Amino acid sequence: MMRADFSLTRPGYSLNVAFSTRARILALHGASGAGKSTLVQLIAGLLRPDAGSFYLDDKALLDTQKRIFVPPEKRRIAVVFQDALLFPHLTVRQNILFGRFFTPKAERRAPVDAIIETLGVSHLLGRKPTMLSGGERQRVGLARALCASPRLLLMDEPMAALDHARRQEIMTLIERLRDEFAIPMAFVSHSADEILRLADEAVVIDKGRVIAQGEPAFALPGAARLIEGGRFALTSYLTTHVGAHDAQYGVTALEHPAGKIFIAAHVAPRDAPIRVEVKATDVTLALEPPQKISTRTVLHGRVRKIDADNSPLAFAILDLPGGDTLAAALTRLSIDEIGLSAGRDVYALVKSVALDERGM
Amino acid sequence: MSALLSPLSPEEISAIHVSLKVAGVATLAALPFAVFVAYALARWRFPGHALLNAAVHLPLVLPPVVTGFALLALFGKHAPLGAFLSDAFGLVFAFRWTGAALAAAVMSFPLMLRPIRLAFESIDPRLPQASRALGANRLWTFLLVTLPLAAPGVIVGAILGFAKALGEFGATITFVSNIPDETRTIPAAIYGLLQTPDGDAGALRLALISAVIAAGALVLSEALQKRASARS
Repeated sequence: MMRADFSLTRPGYSLNVAFSTRARILALHGASGAGKSTLVQLIAGLLRPDAGSFYLDDKALLDTQKRIFVPPEKRRIAVVFQDALLFPHLTVRQNILFGRFFTPKAERRAPVDAIIETLGVSHLLGRKPTMLSGGERQRVGLARALCASPRLLLMDEPMAALDHARRQEIMTLIERLRDEFAIPMAFVSHSADEILRLADEAVVIDKGRVIAQGEPAFALPGAARLIEGGRFALTSYLTTHVGAHDAQYGVTALEHPAGKIFIAAHVAPRDAPIRVEVKATDVTLALEPPQKISTRTVLHGRVRKIDADNSPLAFAILDLPGGDTLAAALTRLSIDEIGLSAGRDVYALVKSVALDERGM
Repeated sequence: MSALLSPLSPEEISAIHVSLKVAGVATLAALPFAVFVAYALARWRFPGHALLNAAVHLPLVLPPVVTGFALLALFGKHAPLGAFLSDAFGLVFAFRWTGAALAAAVMSFPLMLRPIRLAFESIDPRLPQASRALGANRLWTFLLVTLPLAAPGVIVGAILGFAKALGEFGATITFVSNIPDETRTIPAAIYGLLQTPDGDAGALRLALISAVIAAGALVLSEALQKRASARS
C-alpha cells in the first residue's frame, strides 16, 4: 500500500503528483524530463517537497501538514539506481552487506545467502565494483538493496544502461525476487515492454503531472499493441455480481454498473461477486444504442483514449461506470468512419457466446 | 666541501627538530578544519559561502608579514584572544613554538584546502544518497563513503600543507620572532646564518636538508596516494 501526494516548485519546473496503489510491482512511466527521477528522490526522502504526504503501509513517512519528515535512512526504502552506484572503494561483499549493517537487528529478515544465490553474484564477492560488467553491477546493486530488508524496493531505470540480453536477465531476476522474497517494488521505466512484463499497475507522468494510472496495457500510451500475443491477448476484467438466471434459455445476467452482461451458462450463487474477462477483439463499439441486433450485452461507457498509430489496427480504451476499464480492438478505418474520439459516449457490445465461465 | 659532510651541529639539529615539530603539529591540527571547510564549501550552499571562501584564501594573497601582524594582533600576549586562551587553557602562542605552528597552519590552510575540496566535488553526489537510502545517517555516510572516496585528495592536501608549513617564514618571524630552540625553524636558521659574515656554508647545508625533507614528503605522498587509489 502506497499513497503519495507531492508538490514541488522550482524555477522553470513544477511537479504535482498524487496517486495511491496496492500494486505488488508499480511502474512509474514517462518521457525523460517528465519528473520520474524527481519522484524517486521524493519517495526515498532524498528530496523534500514543498508540500505533500507519503504513506507506506499506512505509516506516514512524510506529511507536511503534520510536520512529519522521516529521513531517508529511517524509511527503509532501498533504491537501485540506473548505473547501480556501487561504492567503488568497497568490495562487492562489503557493498552487499552495507545496508544490512544499518538495518535494526530485529528487522534483518532478508536471507542474504539466498539473495546472493538467486542473483548469481557469489563468485564476485571479493571483487571491486570497477572489475564488474554492467549486468553484474546491476545484480550486485539489487542484492545490496534487498539485503537491507527494505519495505519497498525502489528502482530508477534499473535496466536502461543494459543491452537486450542483460535486460531480459534482470527482468527474469526481478520476477523471481517478486515471487521468492515478496517485497513490494516500484520502478521507473520509459520502456513499455518492461512495464507490461513486470508491473501490475502503471502511473504515467507527463510534465510533472499524473496523466494516467491503471493496468499497464490500458494506461500506457501505445502499450496495447505491444503486449505479447498482440490484439488477441489484450483483455479487460470487469467486476460484476451474479444476477437473474433464465432457466428456460440457460442464460445468466451479470450485473455491472455499465449494464447487464449476459452469459450463456448457469452461474451461481446469486449476488456473488464475479470477474469477467472480455477480450478486446470481442468488443464492438456503437455511437447510438443499437436496435434489432442479436447481441444482448450492451455496456455504456466513455472513450478515455484512442490508441492508434499508422498500423491498420487501433484500440479504444473505455472508462465504464464503476471504475472498470474496457479495451476494444478495431480498425483505424472504422474509427475514422464513425468519428470515434476521446471523450465520446459509446455503447460497447459483447457477444454472449464469446463469454463463458472459463473467463471468470 | 668537507664542511658540507661534517656531522650536524646542535644548532642544526635543533632547527630541524623545531621545523618538523612545528610543521607536523600545524598539519595535524589544521587537517580536520580543512576537511570540514572543504566539505562545507564543496557540498553546502549557505549565506556567507563566498565570504568564507575568500576568508580562508586570504593568507594566500596577503603579504605573509601582514598575516603575521594580524596573528600578533589577535593572539599576542595582551591581545583579547591570546589573553583568553592563555588564561582559560594555558595555551600561549606569542613567541612560542606553538605560535610558529599556528602561523604555519594559517599560511598552509588554503593550499591544504584546495585538493580536499576538489576531491569532495568530484564525488558523484548520488553515492552519499545511495548510502542514506541504505540506512546510513549523515555522519556514517560521511565516514564510510564520502571521506574514504576523498582520501587521495586529503593526503595530497596534508602533504602540500606540510611542505608549505616547513617553508613558512614571513608570518612566523613576524609573529613569534626567531628564538633558538623555540621558534627557530630551518628557514629562520638559514636567514640568521645569511646575516652573519661566514654563515654561507651552514646556510647551504640547511638548504640541502630542507630539500631532502621536502622531497621525502613528496615521495611519501606519492606512495600513500597510490595505496589509496588502489583501494578504490
